[in-house]
Amino acid sequence: MLSIKNLRVSADGEPILHGVTLEIPAGEAHAVMGPNGAGKSTLSYALAGKPGYEVTGGSATLDGEDLLALDPSERASRGVFLSFQYPTEIPGVSALTFIRAAANAQRRARAEAEMNAPDFLRLARRQAEALKIDFDMLKRSLNVGFSGGEKKRLEILQMAILSPRLAILDETDSGLDIDALRIVADGVNAMRSGDRAMLIITHYQRLLDHVRPDKVHVLAGGRIVASGGPDLVHELEREGYDRYARIPA
Amino acid sequence: MSLTRAIATGDLAELPSRRDEDWRWTDLRGLLRTLPAASPHSDAPIGPGPFDGLAGSDLIVVNGRGADRLAAVAGEPMVVALRLVAAGDAGAHASRLKVMIGQSAELTLLESYEGQDPDYVVETDIEFEVGPGASLERIVLAQDGSAAVSVSKAEVSLGAGARFRQTVVTFGARRQRHETSVDHRGGGASAHLDGVYLLGGQRHADITTVVSHSGVDGLTDQLVKGVVAGQARGVFQGRIVVARGANRTDARMGHHALVLSDRAEVDAKPELEIYADDVACAHGNTVGALDEEALFYAASRGIGADEARAMLIEAFVGEVIDRIGHAGARERVRDLVRDKLADLS
Repeated sequence: MLSIKNLRVSADGEPILHGVTLEIPAGEAHAVMGPNGAGKSTLSYALAGKPGYEVTGGSATLDGEDLLALDPSERASRGVFLSFQYPTEIPGVSALTFIRAAANAQRRARAEAEMNAPDFLRLARRQAEALKIDFDMLKRSLNVGFSGGEKKRLEILQMAILSPRLAILDETDSGLDIDALRIVADGVNAMRSGDRAMLIITHYQRLLDHVRPDKVHVLAGGRIVASGGPDLVHELEREGYDRYARIPA
Repeated sequence: MSLTRAIATGDLAELPSRRDEDWRWTDLRGLLRTLPAASPHSDAPIGPGPFDGLAGSDLIVVNGRGADRLAAVAGEPMVVALRLVAAGDAGAHASRLKVMIGQSAELTLLESYEGQDPDYVVETDIEFEVGPGASLERIVLAQDGSAAVSVSKAEVSLGAGARFRQTVVTFGARRQRHETSVDHRGGGASAHLDGVYLLGGQRHADITTVVSHSGVDGLTDQLVKGVVAGQARGVFQGRIVVARGANRTDARMGHHALVLSDRAEVDAKPELEIYADDVACAHGNTVGALDEEALFYAASRGIGADEARAMLIEAFVGEVIDRIGHAGARERVRDLVRDKLADLS
């Protein structure tokens, strides 16, 4: 499904990723953990195609298709979804308007029929209920005046409606209290399926207590320095990232 | 010194120029080497106006000729369309109107500037007298030709407890200015002075407002937003003067512009002059590009660059349009603005 080979990325001219290789087969969720400054967010931005993140080498493909050759919106229509660490506020555009525009833009790009308003509202209402989001909140400007937890739940709501093939969760657990963490984790678990890959980027184990990854990778100094099973999470939690952070870049 | 006097006398020296501080960004003397001939009487048929079907009655002024007075009295609220049309072989003309809103009367004025001709030169002066407890909503839509020179001046006097709400929506002209002077003469009056300018090509629009608070307990709330593309130029000059003794005045002014191209320009001069002690005044002014973070966020969800830009721009100016009181006019303006934005970006 997602295949990243020897990916090198610079942000604002400074090399951050020095050759990352990662394979996530369909149906699996992989966690990428690492200390601050390891390049975790750079990896997610590079996959989503954020301007300013320049790929200087290597490849990233989704089902064999070169992601790096596509615009961010084309990547989305091919099934890439990035849940932002800090979701952007968009004054004047309601959450419902925005999400419906996104869903239909993706459908148009895939030559599928657009979703009509009643179908969309039914879907949005159902997902909002599952994520314990007050439906009226979706009529307000996107993310404007939302708490950190509300923004993260709204990211998961968008993921559920857009139903991506590859879900990238960038520090989705940050800013969540224990109840919101559980709601968000339930939302993520509900999305796990045999034809979807997940890349969970996080500093802490909190989310991984609820969303059990199939594999765990340690990103430090711009490289994957260790990979293992779910038990690696607890080892990292016990021993910290110190021994990885000392590996020269 | 004014365009009206220049048209009346044929003397170009009467034109406001960049040497006049208030006209330095909307120089007419440097622009006009000659004045066109006086606009003739026109019998050309006038089609439906932009606010067609929304008003109880229409007042039409063609090439400076037509209605010159409007009076509203207490009773049923009135909705009137005032159409200022340059038609036929329009050249130069000036017109003057007086609008009186009597005590406790309510008037919605849907004022449209309509011109298809290439290069007319016009000034329109309107005097508004809003009586005690009366209410005026003035919605101005300016659709001038790209080679036109157009100045519109309004003087608004507010009686005690009067309510005035104005929204100027303009797509510019070769050179165009909307000037509004408001005097809070009576106490406890309110004025909303909003505006939207959407400019492409080489168009120019100037929104200038001067608000004088001489009575106490006055409210002024202003929100002007602009979008400029191509080589267009937007000008905003807002002055609020709070006289000594005009206590408990509440004045807020905001001007925000999006600049979509390197060759487009916005000049802004917000001014607050406060001589009273007990007042609440605030102003904000921003000029910048579209939010790159928001564009990427939308793109990451699958919304293409053009659609994302249009969505953000529409939301940006939508904040002003949402404040229009008359529901029918609000939706009409929203549609016209959406069409115009599709041209711009």
